[in-house]
Amino acid sequence: MIGFLFRRLGAMLILLLVVSFITFTLFQFGPADPAAASCGQECTPERVEQARIALGLDKPFFVQYLAFLSGLVGPRMLGAPGAEQVCAWPCLGKSFQTNENVTDMIANALPYTVSLTVGAVVLWTVVGVGMGLFAALRKGKLADRLIVGAASFGVSLPIPVTGLVLLLVFVGTLGWLPFTTNAIRSPFGEAGFFGWTTNYLLAWIALAVLFSAQYVRITRNNMIETFSEDFMRTARAKGLSRGTIVFKHGVRAGITPIVTMLGLDLGAMLGGAVLTEQIFSVPGLGFTAVRAATSGDLPVTMAITMLAAFFIILFNVIVDVSYAFIDPRVRVN
Amino acid sequence: MNTPLLEVSELRKHFPIKGAFGRTVGAVKAVDSVSFTLQRGTTLGLVGESGCGKSTTGKVLMRLLDPTSGSIKLDGEEISTFKGKELNAFRRRVQMVFQNPASSLNPRASIGAAIAAPLIEQGIKPPGGVKAKVRDLMDRVGLRPEHANRFPHEFSGGQRQRIGIARALALDPDVVICDEPVSALDVSVQAQVVNLLKDIQRDTGISYIFIAHDLAVVKHMADEVAVMYLGKIMEQGSNEQIFADPQHPYTRALLSAVPSVELDAALTERIRLGGDLPSPSNPPSGCVFRTRCPAYALLPETDRARCADQVPTGEVACHFPSAPLAAVAAHR
Amino acid sequence: MLSVKNLSVQFPTDDGMVAALNGMDLQLHRGETVGLVGESGSGKSVTSQAIMGLFKETRAKISGEITFEGTDLLALSEDRMRTFRGKKIGMIFQDPLSAMHPFYTVGSQIAEAYRVHNKVSRKAAKQVAIDMLARVGIPDPKKRVDNYPHEFSGGMRQRAMIAMALVCEPELLIADEPTTALDVTVQAQILDLISELQAETNSAVIFVTHDLGVVAQLCQRVVVMYGGQCVEQASVREIFTAPSHPYTRGLMASMPHLSGEDDRLTPIPGSPPALLDLPSGCIFADRCEFAALVPDNRCQNERPQLLVTGEHAARCHGHEMSLLPKTIKVGA
Repeated sequence: MIGFLFRRLGAMLILLLVVSFITFTLFQFGPADPAAASCGQECTPERVEQARIALGLDKPFFVQYLAFLSGLVGPRMLGAPGAEQVCAWPCLGKSFQTNENVTDMIANALPYTVSLTVGAVVLWTVVGVGMGLFAALRKGKLADRLIVGAASFGVSLPIPVTGLVLLLVFVGTLGWLPFTTNAIRSPFGEAGFFGWTTNYLLAWIALAVLFSAQYVRITRNNMIETFSEDFMRTARAKGLSRGTIVFKHGVRAGITPIVTMLGLDLGAMLGGAVLTEQIFSVPGLGFTAVRAATSGDLPVTMAITMLAAFFIILFNVIVDVSYAFIDPRVRVN
Repeated sequence: MNTPLLEVSELRKHFPIKGAFGRTVGAVKAVDSVSFTLQRGTTLGLVGESGCGKSTTGKVLMRLLDPTSGSIKLDGEEISTFKGKELNAFRRRVQMVFQNPASSLNPRASIGAAIAAPLIEQGIKPPGGVKAKVRDLMDRVGLRPEHANRFPHEFSGGQRQRIGIARALALDPDVVICDEPVSALDVSVQAQVVNLLKDIQRDTGISYIFIAHDLAVVKHMADEVAVMYLGKIMEQGSNEQIFADPQHPYTRALLSAVPSVELDAALTERIRLGGDLPSPSNPPSGCVFRTRCPAYALLPETDRARCADQVPTGEVACHFPSAPLAAVAAHR
Repeated sequence: MLSVKNLSVQFPTDDGMVAALNGMDLQLHRGETVGLVGESGSGKSVTSQAIMGLFKETRAKISGEITFEGTDLLALSEDRMRTFRGKKIGMIFQDPLSAMHPFYTVGSQIAEAYRVHNKVSRKAAKQVAIDMLARVGIPDPKKRVDNYPHEFSGGMRQRAMIAMALVCEPELLIADEPTTALDVTVQAQILDLISELQAETNSAVIFVTHDLGVVAQLCQRVVVMYGGQCVEQASVREIFTAPSHPYTRGLMASMPHLSGEDDRLTPIPGSPPALLDLPSGCIFADRCEFAALVPDNRCQNERPQLLVTGEHAARCHGHEMSLLPKTIKVGA
């Protein structure tokens, strides 16, 4: 198990390097000129050139890339020659746009994305898995058909549509909920758990509508398959109660694909929910990433891409490890 | 004695076990030193329990798997090294019938197309055309030729196995390797297929390698029988020798384990094997059967040492074929 | 002790109602072993599952009567039925690997079966599981109790399955093809175990199988099923020496034997009936070689009744009218 973990973590580092290299290269050949963008309205060719040197963009590609990597290992120097500043470890550089330290920017944006993710994941897991299980138990009956129908509908609703409709109805027309504010970043702040919940509730619902629908489908199909397994018949033949049969025997056996999907979605969500953050004006990673990418802000884009990749790979490893806990047959190998 | 149609000697198929970093850390000896011959127009039965290597042997003979070592001669010609065109030509002469006809037929192809497929693939134009050949084959296996346009799901299990047989016969092969061809079928239908295979042999002089776990079916099909255990042949001989006068303790145990419908047969010896099949990656030294052998337990110390040290060879691969066996008293 | 009368089970499918059972009858006395024999689709497994009440709360349509020790099982609610399952009626299945939960240890699955019906601590239940494993002949049960099913061999798994079914000492054990997936030497061990345990506990056994040999070895009485009906029932000796029903006769003639010289089998022509569209007359009529002997197309038009003569019962017009030849045709 330990050896397995080490091998996976090694592979994870290599993968992150590859991702960073690809992103870096793509930026080199992209159309955006960060130097021109950062020097503002009244720009002369000389000022652009100055900015280019200050941002380090005058150096060869590999030197730039290695300089970026060095910031991941220890502190590094940033800025124009003669006016260098120390950037403490972990250094992801400074924003070309605002000159802010990228590490700080990420530390700022992350809590919003985490808030969004945690609530949405809990909501869609409970609703999606719950309804999927219920539908599987009522297979072919009215309740099942209604749930499957609703899921097909939900899965085809894009986030911008659900999000805007929710905002329009609950914030605009009914006024039951406040508009999302940047002031609330976690349930531990002044606003408390209740304030946090009301702040993010609509965004959670918008995400949950889409994701629950997928979870309903995968849960239902998996559970129906599991319920037809021989060991489920054995469980009934033992005289076990319905609850024990369904949960201890059925859900336990059919949970693996759901855990897999949940892990992957969780990883992807933590990298930033671009659309949702835009619509609900949540200044999380997705929001920041879009702004950075459209303005050619290489350090910020790099940092968020790598963080997103890191989360996805991390949760992949977590999913693999969780298999060993779920299924004893995996433990042997 | 003329050249046998098929002559297999010292055939081995070992599957490497890969450890960390792709190192080979051992081997599963699925087939280990198997030798036999098949005469033209006869049937060789390969029997044994799951994991004995009988199906792997069939796949190696068919060249679906490459042998690790050993020789396979068809009409005196070494075929284990055939590649490309030679291998393709060889496939015309050796065909296979599988256990599960449903999964070896393409559900979207009509059965006429399925039967014609080998002809078309090999680019053979039979006199009278492919269609006539297909009709002839269907007629021969007891299917109605007018059903050629139907699809596999419209047929019962027994009929599907007939389709599989027709397809195997399409190239007029010399040998058909039948891998458990009747084990998925009901008894009443199984008898139809067994009879069909025998009729075809009588009419065409084809040879069969008949792989099965059901001893009674093998008794009805085979002229020669080889009993396999853990990748090795324990005993081989004529049908009469094996069934009427088995020598090897494993053969005797196997035969005695078959539930008999003879109500008074309960008075004969009942030999029960204890324990489980050893791992084929780490088989016992010497005689591979000794860990479960009903004779081994009763042998004196010196004889046991011989079983553990020397690999028995010969038609009856046993050092002490006439040793008494530990039998359980019969009860009803 | 158990009486099944005129039991019918139908499953709705997209293509219509599948008539899995069509008036099944079965009587079982305390301590008796009855073999339920038939081919695929004959309804033998459906019968055993219906007795276990496994079709409750499904879309299956059930009519008829199942009485167990005076209780009408069909009328019981799912909750009341639970007090019978495992406690009074135990069941074992064909493939022990898929019939056991892959994620729980063998011991915990046996202990679970015990704890549903007995108020004991986890620790005590585990001890019961260990004792039970020892009883079914698992070596080193103290260690094995914590193994997972995939760590057991096929035969050991079926032993563990038997331990699970018998842990509450049920009065009736339903064994649904428990040896079909096993090798013949392992099958012999399991059959021995079942008869030993039965002799110890004096519980009744319904043994579902397609293998007449197994029946001959294990059972006192046989119920032959075809197309969801009991076509014949009698003592084992009667069935094998004087079978009445043409289907039973056909089954015997088509079965390959290990002894005897008959090297040609006599199959039953055609294939088992389609349960979607059963004939209104005798279900076996279209495969029956004697149907022509019965006048007025009675076999085609009228469903025969089960005619009971002493201990022997058969469902056949020809038999009822004494039109069948007396001797059994064996071989050709």
